Amino acid sequence: MNQEVKDHIKNSLIKGVRLDGRGPQDLREISIELDVVTTAEGSARVKFGDAEVLAGVKMSVESPFPDTPEDGVLMVNAELLPLSNPDFETGPPGIDSIETSRVIDRGIRESGCVDTKKLCLVKGEKVWFMAVDVHPINYDGNLIDMGGLAAMAALKSANFPSIDKDHNVDYHEKTKKKLDISGLPIPITVCKIGDVLIVDPTDEEENAIDARLTVTSLDKDKLCSLQKGGAKPLSIEEIAEMVELALKKADEVRKKLSEVLK
Amino acid sequence: MSKFKRPSGRKMDEPRKIEAEVGVIARADGSARFKIGDTEALAAVYGPRELHPRFLQDPKKGILRCNYNMLPYAGDGSRVRPGPSRRSKEISMVTEKALTPVLDLSQFPNTVVDVFIELPQTNAGSRCAGICAAAMALADAGIIMKDMISSVAVGYVEGNLVVDLDGPEEHMGENESPDIPLAMIPSTEEITLLQMDGIVSKKQLLEALEFAKPVLKKISDVQKQAIKAKYELGERK
Repeated sequence: MNQEVKDHIKNSLIKGVRLDGRGPQDLREISIELDVVTTAEGSARVKFGDAEVLAGVKMSVESPFPDTPEDGVLMVNAELLPLSNPDFETGPPGIDSIETSRVIDRGIRESGCVDTKKLCLVKGEKVWFMAVDVHPINYDGNLIDMGGLAAMAALKSANFPSIDKDHNVDYHEKTKKKLDISGLPIPITVCKIGDVLIVDPTDEEENAIDARLTVTSLDKDKLCSLQKGGAKPLSIEEIAEMVELALKKADEVRKKLSEVLK
Repeated sequence: MSKFKRPSGRKMDEPRKIEAEVGVIARADGSARFKIGDTEALAAVYGPRELHPRFLQDPKKGILRCNYNMLPYAGDGSRVRPGPSRRSKEISMVTEKALTPVLDLSQFPNTVVDVFIELPQTNAGSRCAGICAAAMALADAGIIMKDMISSVAVGYVEGNLVVDLDGPEEHMGENESPDIPLAMIPSTEEITLLQMDGIVSKKQLLEALEFAKPVLKKISDVQKQAIKAKYELGERK
């Protein structure tokens, strides 16, 4: 990225201004729509301003992993669609896609909000397999936070498809049964640009960051996953400040999602 | 023959309900959404931009590169593995051939115009929806075009000629229904996409092509209207 643009972002932030007019710790306007894809068992569209992300859940009955014969499987996959941004290319997922997938996945998995034991149909033979796919449609930064929110919204909206006595799935018939979810893990990524901390970075801002920290939390004082990114180190004081900010912002987002789920 | 009723209750020459709009992806140079029934296609255009690897460059004109992709949850049954398949590669290729005849990229040598087509949900007719969306997105991007490209499938369901087969219709009867995806340049009535699976006679094929013509023209009106709507004065819907 052009050094002048980076400097401009940095210098503006010192004055407390962002290129889109927001304050450093403001999120963009959030909208969450549920059940937007008819072919998925659950789905959600999340928008932060103009940035748009789609998440879909597909369920299937599979054999469990040999080391966890009584557990169902929950998997999150994110892909940086070249449709969503001029800088993304076709081809196998790059490290950015993989990191995004894994950070969202870890946040949901480690929160324990989905009890995989309850997804077991026949011990050692048949378990439910939940695949959550997350895709930016219009990419403008902050995919982990948007994708994590979209994934939770999609899981919450999902209905199990019907199965016969041999556990064959009939995708044309949805049941009323919902996935049992306790708690709402919400990832918030706090970015450090110069000495300023910001949340909900745009694509341009992401290219100018020195360091970032993604904190996934279940409530105001329950963290369930962390990921530090960016080239520069962070002091413990900075980490304390970033976690504090992330917990506060996660609470805002969690309230928004809870409203939509009502 | 006249007793045949379509499961959806549609008339023989009636396509499913269409929603079309352009400018749906802010980051793209041009974009469109084309939804027909439960099949939805998004298309984004980037370019003309420099083409890599360089040996693909054409010093006389820009090239069109299309990429058709179903999102993993877009299929009728279980999850579709992400990434290109034989099917998606072939559809990408025929989509390119369907669109290229109306494009003039002679002013942009050595460049590529990338069209990315994503299907969030499908219920038959996804390549046609993808082509309709792509053509609108190209127009939205300001690429020089001689005309719109409109696309729909025609086929025979239990021997009856119908337009825009939906999921249930594709699997009716003893054998799979013959299905003919088409794309046409509306002003010249030339065909730019023609594929088929199933068995038909020569007479049936030609009948089917004639049958599709007026429907394709109506679809092109919807596409053009969607593009005009973006530039209409006053409040946007």
